[in-house]
Amino acid sequence: MTTPTIRVTARSTRHGRAGGRLPADITRVMVRELKPVLREPVSVFMAMVQPLVFLALFAPLLPDSGGGMSSLQWFVPGMVAMTALVGATITGSNLTEEITSGSHERLLVSPISRSALLIGRALKEIVPMLVQTLIIVALCAPFGFAVHPLGIVAGVVVLALFAVGVGSLSYALALAAEGQEWLFWTVQQTLLFPVLLLAGVLLPLDGAPRWLRWMSEANPLTHIVRAERALFDGRFPAVTVAWAVAAAAGVLVAGLAVGLRSMQSAGR
Amino acid sequence: MTTHRTPHDAPAIEATGLTRTFRAKNATVTAVDGLDLTVRTGEMVAFLGPNGAGKSTTLRMLTTLLPPTSGAARIGGFDVAREGRRVRGVIGYVGQGNGAGHWHHGRDELVGQARAHGMTTAQARARVDELTDALELDGVLDRKVATLSGGQRRRLDVALGLMHAPDVLFLDEPSTGLDPQNRANMQEQIRRMHRDSGATVVLTTHYLEEADALAERVVVIDHGRVIADDSARALKSGLGDRVTLDVASGDAPAVAARLAALAGHAPERSRDGRTLHARVPDGRAHVARLLADLAADGIVADGVTVVAPTLDDVFLSLTGRSLRDGARAASGSSPRLEEVAA
Repeated sequence: MTTPTIRVTARSTRHGRAGGRLPADITRVMVRELKPVLREPVSVFMAMVQPLVFLALFAPLLPDSGGGMSSLQWFVPGMVAMTALVGATITGSNLTEEITSGSHERLLVSPISRSALLIGRALKEIVPMLVQTLIIVALCAPFGFAVHPLGIVAGVVVLALFAVGVGSLSYALALAAEGQEWLFWTVQQTLLFPVLLLAGVLLPLDGAPRWLRWMSEANPLTHIVRAERALFDGRFPAVTVAWAVAAAAGVLVAGLAVGLRSMQSAGR
Repeated sequence: MTTHRTPHDAPAIEATGLTRTFRAKNATVTAVDGLDLTVRTGEMVAFLGPNGAGKSTTLRMLTTLLPPTSGAARIGGFDVAREGRRVRGVIGYVGQGNGAGHWHHGRDELVGQARAHGMTTAQARARVDELTDALELDGVLDRKVATLSGGQRRRLDVALGLMHAPDVLFLDEPSTGLDPQNRANMQEQIRRMHRDSGATVVLTTHYLEEADALAERVVVIDHGRVIADDSARALKSGLGDRVTLDVASGDAPAVAARLAALAGHAPERSRDGRTLHARVPDGRAHVARLLADLAADGIVADGVTVVAPTLDDVFLSLTGRSLRDGARAASGSSPRLEEVAA
């Protein structure tokens, strides 16, 4: 019987290209993040539980808007935005887990660049967000929700910018919490609902007192939800959409800046 | 960028004045305190020391996870603080935690690790097969990591560290948390890997037996400093064997004199005066003669034991504290002051 030996076949090749190319690194990180999602697709429902509950139990209470239009036409885009926000904010919990278990540390000691570790993870958010949007639209279509494919595509693009930015912030939070789950969840939960309610995803803020409307206008999600409602309805109002793109891009830039700084400072 | 570097002529590891401090509640804690160390290519070195001695902090600096507060370290000629990426290209690291994500499959993680190090997918697959045999990972790699046993996960961790055949492999407490059987297997696998690959291996451990069994060289670390650095045998032989004689209390002074002559210092006596201990260089060779001399004096010992020193004795003699938790450290009423022969 021969003892298996641990040979060094890899040695000669290693000095070729060990990490370092950002696009390749980003793809590698993104694919790694998606593997568990693809193996257990049910996980995309995690972020959808609350929006689906609202769609089932809250939407029927809404009065139909004029012209025989289903109230879903107004409500669904808000739930799509909510799903994107919930999904992107909880995504950092994966990193929290990996910090605790040690796999994040292993990746930090690999030649994959720090930037790719953050960007790849953040970009991965787009995939579950797409699937979730399609599920919500498919579920609501039979109940009078009018599907406008072009508008939905445009709406999803705006949401993707937003989700990647929020995802980066969520990872920055996970890094700041240094793997302490309670800290991560406390901050995430504390911020989530004010942002959602201020954006008017459940109720319009038209009749709100002035101070509340100001806070709402300062919330990037408000502008995004406003545009999503138009886009999902097949309308493309230039100014509203421009505001939404600006808000989403702002969140994206700020999120990446904060996220990259956090990841860079994790060792060197 | 420095040019014309010749990393392969450089020592595998070279640290000078390596220091790391942490701030904790207005106090500065020095975890690693001016550590100097050189490890030649191909050596297998164990960092031995109690918990909190600074072993892992040292390892985290050497693997670019933690920037040094001051001092410098080079791995294969690359500076850990300024050339982190290049250092990461030539090292493997098995941390205290699990390298594979709990929601992932081991095979995906192994291939991903190899790809990150610039290997092709075909090379990665071939390497996975090699390591599957060597580390007994059959049936382990296509399951979710969360479902694996502790021993399986640890072998997978080591495989992740070995995928790209690193020049320098760091193992942070590789066998902690394993049962004795798995620990013995792990040690055998590390030994074989070192023999077959020629890689430089640095491991931390607080298991004395592990340092003893694995390393050609033991670096004893305490309070963030290297307090001894030699082969386990040399460290221990400097200490001498522990010779214990049980004698009638009337004979004790005469026996003590004989023992002192051999040991070079006065023996310790038990409270009842009937048991004498001393560290005797090469005690096993001398004890027969000692008994014969005593017999010539008309003294017959009731009992004799000769115990070879352990690395714990080495640590005890260096620091006055035992590496083993509890019993021995606590029972010594005063620190025993035994000299290590120079």
